[in-house]
Amino acid sequence: MPEVIYVGSDGTERRVDVPKGRSVMQGAIQNGIRGIEAECGGVLSCATCHVYVDPAWVDRLDPPSEDEADMLTNTAAEHEPGSRLSCQIEVTAELEGLVVRIPETQS
Amino acid sequence: MNEGLVILGASYAGVQIAVSARESGYDGPITIIGDEVELPYQRPPLSKGYLSGKVDEAVLPLRSAAFFEEQRIALHLGVAAAAVDRRGRTVMLADGTERRFGRLAFATGSRARMLPLPGNDLAGVHTLRSLADARRLVAAMRSAERAVVIGGGYIGLEVASTLVAAGCAVTVLEASDRLLSRAAAPPLAEFVTDVHRSRGVEIVTGVQATRILGEDGRAVAVESTDHVSRPADLVLVAAGAIPNGELAVAAGLACDQTAIVVDRCGRTNEPEILAAGDCAVTRQGGTILRLESIQNATDQGRAAGRVVAGREDEHAAVPWFWSDQYDLKLQMAGLVAGYDRHVVRGRVESGRFGIYYFREGRLIAVDTVNKPGDHLTARKLVASADGVTPEAVADESVDLRAFLKAHANAS
Repeated sequence: MPEVIYVGSDGTERRVDVPKGRSVMQGAIQNGIRGIEAECGGVLSCATCHVYVDPAWVDRLDPPSEDEADMLTNTAAEHEPGSRLSCQIEVTAELEGLVVRIPETQS
Repeated sequence: MNEGLVILGASYAGVQIAVSARESGYDGPITIIGDEVELPYQRPPLSKGYLSGKVDEAVLPLRSAAFFEEQRIALHLGVAAAAVDRRGRTVMLADGTERRFGRLAFATGSRARMLPLPGNDLAGVHTLRSLADARRLVAAMRSAERAVVIGGGYIGLEVASTLVAAGCAVTVLEASDRLLSRAAAPPLAEFVTDVHRSRGVEIVTGVQATRILGEDGRAVAVESTDHVSRPADLVLVAAGAIPNGELAVAAGLACDQTAIVVDRCGRTNEPEILAAGDCAVTRQGGTILRLESIQNATDQGRAAGRVVAGREDEHAAVPWFWSDQYDLKLQMAGLVAGYDRHVVRGRVESGRFGIYYFREGRLIAVDTVNKPGDHLTARKLVASADGVTPEAVADESVDLRAFLKAHANAS
């Protein structure tokens, strides 16, 4: 299982094995990573699973869909170049070691 | 044994109460009691992605078993609560055991309303609320050829969309004069009706089912007040939900029918007893407000959880809700009740638009179709409503987000 590294807003790091095919959001929820709320369960309705993808990884992900991009301009925390909704990032073998930072607020 | 916080209902609201109590610093014992055997799970996909096969059962749990363990939240699953003794601070469970509590929280949710129709106990007649219901419905869908959905609310329509996409002939019978009569305003309901008809669903409004006919114990047709008998090998009764507040009623807590009356922090009239989610109602002015939504379960649960930790944070979030049907993402922000004007932003024919509802010139609610970004903006606009005019909304060249920023800077 690929390992995803979640960095909390206070800098604490959690390394979690996430099954391939699951989303970065699901990996966080199932492992109780704080700061990712995912109120809608991953159907692009709430924008409460916002993360900042580490700059080294941004270009290695498929770009956000039009709807996701649209929602990203409306997140509670500041929008940055690495901003993504973690429910839209599917974990694959290529994402082994992916680093995402969690914003201070989701709502 | 086991004082501390006891939560009845392994639901969204129940889990939220537990998590928020912990996050807010409550360190005592927490026990969640639920009558289903599964780990607390997401319900919205049951009428949407789970039914169509897009969402796997493995991703339904709200949190992992390890999470509950780590947070010292004990799950007592597969057993229902049978009675609450307020004075004795004890919950009696259906298995004959008892639990003492310091604080009690009701997060018992709601159940599908079963209509008193002759034949409603036949094989092939379904309701949809739990994962067990959804599993039965998925199995039934495999061989179903003709379905009748009784009730044109969101759940009935979501299931109808999945059934028709799976090649089943579908009729929706709605007793009132339009679809979504309790949950949406006419402009959105009309659009949704048109979409379903264009996909081949027969929508019949102003007609009530009167009887389900059976052969060899299986449903074969539904009779209704329009004197038509429609063949059906699958019948879904989707006629709304009843709050599961009976134990609170029996315990003498203030209730509105079977819904538990709470304040904006989720407290009942007995301050040590809380309630959140579908089983709870609030009084807003003179009216009783009951919201069946994830947002409400989450926000009310969060407020109640904070009360357990000694904090008082009234929740006053803008209600929001979503529904997925076909390739449509319908999102509702705010409450449309009492609107006197509505403005469409964008073209309905494009399948991506918003309907903005005003009351006395003030924006009170927004429905969007395939516009998730606008929905998020809408939630903020409804929360800080002064200044948004129908004219600004109608003009697509006006960026409502920029308006929000300008508003935030000005205030």
